[in-house]
Amino acid sequence: MKLAVASGKGGTGKSMIAANLAFTLSRTEPVSLVDCDVEEPNLHLFFPGQGTPRDVTVPVPVIDDSLCDRCGKCGDFCQYGAITVLPNRVLFFAELCHSCGGCTLVCPKKAIREEQKRIGTVSLSLPLPFLDLFTGTLDTGSPHAVPVIREAKKQAAAGDSIMIIDTAPGTSCPVVEALEGCDACILVTESTPFGLHDLQLAADVTARLGIPAGIVINRSDGNDEEILRFCTDHDLDVMMTIPFSREIAAIQSRGDLLCRARPEWQKDFMGLWVKCRALAGAGP
Amino acid sequence: MKLCFTAQGATLESPTEDRFGRAPYFIIVESEDGSFDAIRNPYADGGGGVGPKAAQVLIANNVKALVSGQVGGNAKEVLAAAGIAMYTFRAGGTVKDALDQFTKNTLARSG
Ligand code: SF4
Ligand code: SF4
Repeated sequence: MKLAVASGKGGTGKSMIAANLAFTLSRTEPVSLVDCDVEEPNLHLFFPGQGTPRDVTVPVPVIDDSLCDRCGKCGDFCQYGAITVLPNRVLFFAELCHSCGGCTLVCPKKAIREEQKRIGTVSLSLPLPFLDLFTGTLDTGSPHAVPVIREAKKQAAAGDSIMIIDTAPGTSCPVVEALEGCDACILVTESTPFGLHDLQLAADVTARLGIPAGIVINRSDGNDEEILRFCTDHDLDVMMTIPFSREIAAIQSRGDLLCRARPEWQKDFMGLWVKCRALAGAGP
Repeated sequence: MKLCFTAQGATLESPTEDRFGRAPYFIIVESEDGSFDAIRNPYADGGGGVGPKAAQVLIANNVKALVSGQVGGNAKEVLAAAGIAMYTFRAGGTVKDALDQFTKNTLARSG
């Protein structure tokens, strides 16, 4: 079972839901928790500990000027605009290159070879007996989050544990990459109607990917009518509501987990898990 | 000398377009005799890297100067390396207006 935790916008407490769910489940089953918010991974804050980082690299073309005759074939081929061939030199923009390898194949002079370039890391730590935490981290300045996310998911999928995937907020390419192949998705939102439009976009993406989704309302102020109406209209089940409370906020801000500080919440998170399984069609 | 203007349509009466890489049309004017060609920009709706790809269209058409509203960093680098001068026209108006200003030498050079 692969479960994604996503949200239309940032700051809804998505990571907190993923961390508590993983914590609770790992008391009875092996869980791989995957942080795919690679530009700002934060799950490790809930589970401090030393991780073992491994580099994620992508192949980038390197052109040997002494072999190149400026024929222009590589530049014509590259649909991402990463190569421009001028009469006297070849310009390469690393941040536009998608590492497709095409230019190397089309060069008639064999003037292009590929070098591995590091774009980020995937780090594994073992904070609890049954919990593996995989953290994808994109190097600052690197534009390509997708290969890091792919690698983090690949490493986490090596075992057959339950996978809980924390995506980046929003609906960008990295979010789609994180959602790809998931059996179900939790969409985390707050009570305020502000985020409704973003929630709608996120729900559209999961629907388009064919991933069944359900809602968790976090920091509810008790006035959830608009969200509830939205969910009814869109056929989305509200699987759990967490009220706004100073106590929960305090637990969070000292970096603790709700389910560790207040174990009675584990029952609620188990209930959420049962609903997610039902969503995925795996049966309750 | 060939000049290129970014435009929303295919004629000299078309409004100019501020964006370079995503401009719908490139109007290429021969400064010697005022004749022009309209090229539909194949990258107007493209994903990433449209700037350098659009710059390659200008290079292929032997353009020597570009008049546009804003040119992105990568496109700028390609155009500069190819020896294409860049001028800014953001006043709004038609390609013809921009051409007049270019001829009167009142446009600021941006690269
Ligand atoms: S295809 Fe090869 S030879 Fe041709 S311009 Fe590119 S690098 Fe040079
Ligand atoms: S590897 Fe692909 S994306 Fe990168 S420069 Fe070559 S053709 Fe372009």
